[in-house]
Amino acid sequence: MTAYLNPGLPKPAPAPDGLDAPYWEAVAEERLVMQRCRACGTWQWGPEWICHNCHSEDLAFDEVPLTGRIYSYERVWHPVHPALNEQGPYIVVLVEFPDHDGARMVGNLVGDPRQEVRIGATVRAVFEHHRDDEPPHTLVQWMVVDS
Amino acid sequence: MNRTLRGAAAIVGVGETTYYKRGQSPDAEFKLALKAILAACEDAGITPKELDGFASFSNDRSDPSRLANALGIHDLRFSNMQWGGGGGGGSAAVAHAAAAVATGLAECVVVFRALAQGQFGRFGQGPRSNVVSGGGAFTVPYGLMSPAQSFAMKVQRFMHDHGVEQSALRAISLASYHHAQANPRAVMYGRPLDEAKYDASRWIVEPFHLFDCCQENDGAAAMIVVPAERAKDFDHPPVYILSAVTGSHYRAGASVHNTPDYATSNFKTCVPRLYDMAGCGPDDVDVLQCYENFTGGVLMSIVEHGFCEPDECNEFLTKENLLAPHGKLPTNTSGGNLAECYMHGLELNIEAVRQIRRTSPNQVDDVDVSMVVSGPMVTPVSSSVYGSEATV
Repeated sequence: MTAYLNPGLPKPAPAPDGLDAPYWEAVAEERLVMQRCRACGTWQWGPEWICHNCHSEDLAFDEVPLTGRIYSYERVWHPVHPALNEQGPYIVVLVEFPDHDGARMVGNLVGDPRQEVRIGATVRAVFEHHRDDEPPHTLVQWMVVDS
Repeated sequence: MNRTLRGAAAIVGVGETTYYKRGQSPDAEFKLALKAILAACEDAGITPKELDGFASFSNDRSDPSRLANALGIHDLRFSNMQWGGGGGGGSAAVAHAAAAVATGLAECVVVFRALAQGQFGRFGQGPRSNVVSGGGAFTVPYGLMSPAQSFAMKVQRFMHDHGVEQSALRAISLASYHHAQANPRAVMYGRPLDEAKYDASRWIVEPFHLFDCCQENDGAAAMIVVPAERAKDFDHPPVYILSAVTGSHYRAGASVHNTPDYATSNFKTCVPRLYDMAGCGPDDVDVLQCYENFTGGVLMSIVEHGFCEPDECNEFLTKENLLAPHGKLPTNTSGGNLAECYMHGLELNIEAVRQIRRTSPNQVDDVDVSMVVSGPMVTPVSSSVYGSEATV
């Protein structure tokens, strides 16, 4: 897909400590992953070194479905970064994975930035690749499939 | 042993610099801190050399050792910083100062906050780096990066869950601006706000209009804390700390907006401790100062401090109910962060003290119990309750 936001915002890079590297590798291949505890099965996001439930260090990055539910959203009007000065309004959504301990991810809602947004609507992941950027990276955006 | 701070310490002096729009202070930030501390000492009637402790929050840049040096303090005993950003530490710093004097770690502690955003950076702007990693890598590239943007997401969900209308947020803003018109110290003094002007103001991020968002200011504020047994040795009637607590709930600090109980001002675990220590409940609170980073934080804080049920916000949050002197819950009676000054909420603690001293520009009748809510939606947050002589 074409980029949702104008270019020039800070680009995401894997954390220097390596904690989130498997996520960035997965989204480049259009897979969506979150941390899951091998010991107790708890899902968690964002990534951490131990499981918040049982404190095991044995955490994997497991695939989650490419669909989730809008938990909350916001339409941003005021640019707080020069890259967004000519952007106009845009929508940020907080997407929940109800079957994965309610873990959530943040992305943009593609389509008309003035569209009505319904909390609870089902959305599907859309991968926005920036392979020629430095560092190369992939953003995960969301599209309403059932409003 | 009765483990409580209730009545163990008192505020005996308060001081503020002139409050400026951001970037307009003629003084450097450190000089602002000194001026507020000197003003608080003068208000208390003490020499600054008597101070022996400093408590602040939000990574204040004015280092206690440099302050002690500049003030000629003989015996520095306490230098304390509450971790966490925004104004979440405004009442926590008071708690720490009270704990220090109550336990004999120190005798005379100043709680202070100084800000000069011309000299240093602004709060309401996104990062200017080319690359972001860690938690920000999952939000900033989507244009979710400022405090307003981080908190609008919570408020939107709360309003959805409880059917809260925009008029509730508007009432909070109107009350602050109304009170500021009687306060010559307020940056928005002489700049009243009405419904039409609010409604016509631009969106920053839905559901926040321009007037739902705090100012950014330059200035400094300071409060002098002493043990209760010395409280009556000063020029003003003492204002006792009945309670001051800090904290946050389960996984409030989860990154990428993953806090399980999400649509909250983060006070749910603090409030029972706050009232337990104070020995009172919401019905006993005569006047409230509630930190407006954004009006939505006030909305959820008022609910979580027990002043109204979540599904009653539209009825309870009217301008009339929030006005001094006769509203049900007079709130932000100096103009607050929206219209007096954004001194990271320490100016709210000072206004809470003024209400008990009977010197507020919007004085409520017969105030004995005066509450402050500090920094909703950040983590950790804090709250405090102040009482008159009659309460201890």
